[in-house]
Amino acid sequence: MTRPRLATVWLSGCSGCHMSLLNLHGDLLGVLEQCDLVYSPLADIKEYPHGVDIVLVEGAVANEDNREMAGIIRRRSACVVSLGDCAVNGNVSALRNPSGLAATLGRVYGEAPPGHDVAQLLPRAVPLHQVIGVDAFLPGCPPAPERIRRLLTCLLQGQPAGLPPEMISFG
Amino acid sequence: MKTPEPKNEKPTVCGGGLKISVCLGSPCLASGAEGVLRALREAWGEKPIAVIGTGCMGPCSRGPMIRIERDGYPTAYYERMTPQAACTTVAAYLAGAAPEQGRLAPDFPFIALQTRVVLEQCGRIDPCDLNSARAAGGYRALAHAIGKMTPEQICCEIGASGLRGRGGGGYPTGTKWELVRAASGRRKYVVANGDEGDPGAFMDRTLMESDPHRLLEGMAIAGYAVGARDGFIFVRGEYPLAAQRLGAAIVDAGKAGLLGRNILGSGFSFRIRLRIGAGAFVCGEETALMASVMGRRGQPVIRPPYPAQRGLWGSSTLINNVETFGCIAPIIRNGAAWFRSVGTPGNSGTKVFSISGDVATEGVLEVPLGTPLRELLAMAGGVSGGSFKAAQTGGASGGCIPASHMDVPVDYESLKGLGTIMGSGGLIVMNDQRCMTDVARFFMHFCQDESCGKCAPCRTGTQQAARLLDRIAAGEATSDDISQLEQLCRFMRETSLCGLGMAAPTPVLSTLRWFREEYENHVRDRRCPAGVCAMEGTPCRD
Amino acid sequence: MPRLTLTINNRSVSARRGESILSAARRSGSDIPTLCNLGGLIPAGACRVCLVEVAGYPRPVPACATRAEQGMVVTTDTERLTAARRMIVELLLAERNHSCAVCVMNQHCQLQDLAARLGIDHVRFAFISPLAGVDISHERFGIDHNRCILCRRCVRVCDEIEGAHTWDVDGRGAASRIICDLAQPWGTSATCTGCGKCVQACPTGALFEKDAPTKKATIDMERLSEWRRSRK
Ligand SMILES: Cc1cc2nc3c(=O)[nH]c(=O)nc-3n(C[C@H](O)[C@H](O)[C@H](O)COP(=O)(O)O)c2cc1C
Ligand code: SF4
Ligand code: SF4
Ligand code: SF4
Ligand code: SF4
Ligand code: FES
Ligand code: FES
Repeated sequence: MTRPRLATVWLSGCSGCHMSLLNLHGDLLGVLEQCDLVYSPLADIKEYPHGVDIVLVEGAVANEDNREMAGIIRRRSACVVSLGDCAVNGNVSALRNPSGLAATLGRVYGEAPPGHDVAQLLPRAVPLHQVIGVDAFLPGCPPAPERIRRLLTCLLQGQPAGLPPEMISFG
Repeated sequence: MKTPEPKNEKPTVCGGGLKISVCLGSPCLASGAEGVLRALREAWGEKPIAVIGTGCMGPCSRGPMIRIERDGYPTAYYERMTPQAACTTVAAYLAGAAPEQGRLAPDFPFIALQTRVVLEQCGRIDPCDLNSARAAGGYRALAHAIGKMTPEQICCEIGASGLRGRGGGGYPTGTKWELVRAASGRRKYVVANGDEGDPGAFMDRTLMESDPHRLLEGMAIAGYAVGARDGFIFVRGEYPLAAQRLGAAIVDAGKAGLLGRNILGSGFSFRIRLRIGAGAFVCGEETALMASVMGRRGQPVIRPPYPAQRGLWGSSTLINNVETFGCIAPIIRNGAAWFRSVGTPGNSGTKVFSISGDVATEGVLEVPLGTPLRELLAMAGGVSGGSFKAAQTGGASGGCIPASHMDVPVDYESLKGLGTIMGSGGLIVMNDQRCMTDVARFFMHFCQDESCGKCAPCRTGTQQAARLLDRIAAGEATSDDISQLEQLCRFMRETSLCGLGMAAPTPVLSTLRWFREEYENHVRDRRCPAGVCAMEGTPCRD
Repeated sequence: MPRLTLTINNRSVSARRGESILSAARRSGSDIPTLCNLGGLIPAGACRVCLVEVAGYPRPVPACATRAEQGMVVTTDTERLTAARRMIVELLLAERNHSCAVCVMNQHCQLQDLAARLGIDHVRFAFISPLAGVDISHERFGIDHNRCILCRRCVRVCDEIEGAHTWDVDGRGAASRIICDLAQPWGTSATCTGCGKCVQACPTGALFEKDAPTKKATIDMERLSEWRRSRK
């Protein structure tokens, strides 16, 4: 039997969710023994591969690059997981939404907003599932390592991620 | 707005045997009736013709309307009068002719085919003249009721008439009166609901502007029947003319001993006060209305207790629609059996409809309940600008009737069977140039704006439903959005606190029922079949 | 005191006359979630998460604001009810700006807690993201409208228990805002006594204490209101 192919992606988030994943410490090795990590900001792989079984996506969809990446992820992966509050409901990445894009850019860059070398922000930062279909959600900011472990254990065994209430609270 | 108040003039035919009535309802005033009245008065003064201002004659979109009565001749209605045209017409009459220009056919269906019970004196009497109303039978029923009937008998008579509330729900009026009558407590109140906030509804305005005494009389009879000494009329703020005429009528009736202390020497006292709304649709809902009357924020509270149990200032309160009160005097005068003979079993009496939209003549129609929709349309001269597509009943709380059901008898149950409601009587006719998703979107935005914000399902649900409909209109929606919209609508209907939120989804569910393929055109083909929705957006979901 | 008997979730329960379905259900061990209800305050029936089904009624009724009646047959946890409750909480989360991670009430919020208990791990609706405003002009307290769910507990507690009626609601529908006196900064209020009951009563992070971890529900409103009533 081939081992499941796991990917992790970092969209517009603070990388805290990936830190939380690393905070699995020793358990992370256990997880990695059960699968192949085929794409991740933690690994030096340039292109998102085809045939991914499970992908954990951190961060909201906040710019054009994110949006394009989200499309690629959906096309090339079987099970897409929104990892953490930013991916699940926009959270901190979406704090700019009430003010609107122009006000946000003005506040950050003053007179001269960046040109084409920086990814164009979308008018609003949105949760992943408002851009592509998402198969499982893991709230938390960041989701505690224990939550990630539980979720991955289920998914790697091909079971649905039925987490108890205390494991799905936001924040 | 300053409106002319016609001077008290005797509505008798004098001099040349000519009586001219100029409609001074708001629609006719808006199209220049004031100038017509002034020109006629300046030209002829008091003699040899009587020129009186009246309320609405019915075909409002053809205003300014005038009516010319001459001894020995059929009554003639003239439409779209200018001051000059009116003077020319009257001059011709004085010379013995009856000009064709602007004259409606003698059997003009909009007028000829009406069965006027509630509106019987609208457009006939001078609404600002108590004598004019009394000469036409006004307050006779009140005198009879307090002179010859006991409160029990009145409640019984109203119950036997089969009258149902005209405010939308169709609750049996006699039952409601009896509940309030039987309620204990020293103080009781009678409230007339003249909020009429539904888009496309203007029946109650017509009655309040054209025959205010009819409402006062109905309320006074109710007061006597249920044992109340105080009444309130809640008039929506957008109806200044109605409020003004009602206010004057209350004063006049008080001076004549028909309201106030010791009415007609009977020992029964009843005082009526006006309350003006501040522009919230939800204040038509009875508990919100009462809150507003008491000077509180106009938002609904949970029922039970119903107003009949605990209403204004904790006392048992009778709330009826303006038109419901308009039915009372004729029932007392002619008897319950007569009222039942009009309409159909279970739906006795008449109903006033305000018909507007894509029809040849917009205005106010009164017909027996159970009249087929097709006949109503025919009375209004048929559909204009295209073929019939649908008719919206019940405004933002109602649904539409498609062409395939044009023969439906317009009564409470039949409309319910088609997924819509009678509502208060607004009837909006739409031709095939209209987009039904756009119609649903309009009404959902209306409900979103009008939600009082108290309960979560209505406040938040209307916001989300309006967004989903915006996406559909912009060609950005997916089929998931339609199912989410449907789910949301069912949810709001089940869980909202008051009738506004419960009924807000009706236009959507109704258009989905009859015109689902139009929604699918918007979503699947990104196309608006009627060419109404702009479809500017691009799909933003993969 | 007169008593009556009703059935809640197939269990026979006795209740005082005038008691709410909610209170009878809780006593009998059936948990019904609530948000706008707070013991001691007049029920508003506004949030609708406490909806229950009563046999013979056309639609669900709010348990907090509906009296138990003799012979009533009540069900508190059907699929339809759970679906409706989830819908309400999701809609509330989407209505304003709830980013729990940066909220004063994170981990202590009734809305957050209820979402988790209802199994809500994401929100199906678009976030409306209004710019709702914050007022921190009061010396000790603040109000963040971005977290407000318009449950009006603050309005009622200030009016019914403290007797100050500092809070009310302005606008309607989506534009509804909790306002202080005549829509003025809290810090300038002439009526607020600074008692902090509203902060205590608020189920979310909308009302909070400055410079201190906000503690909620440490005052027993029920007893306070009894005490107040007994003094009337
Ligand atoms: C949102 C809403 C708006 C309403 N608006 C009106 C109105 O404008 N006029 C009216 O008579 N009834 C209106 N009603 C119905 C009233 O609550 C009430 O049922 C009615 O006035 C009772 O009178 P009736 O028995 O004579 O119909 C409305 C109800 C709701 C829920
Ligand atoms: S249904 Fe709408 S209008 Fe009625 S109480 Fe709820 S929010 Fe207010
Ligand atoms: S109020 Fe509650 S739900 Fe809202 S952000 Fe704060 S903790 Fe989260
Ligand atoms: S602190 Fe007390 S008085 Fe001031 S607003 Fe809150 S409840 Fe009212
Ligand atoms: S401020 Fe708090 S208590 Fe007041 S309405 Fe908002 S959420 Fe409820
Ligand atoms: S207002 Fe003149 S006909 Fe209706
Ligand atoms: S708790 Fe009962 S409606 Fe809010």
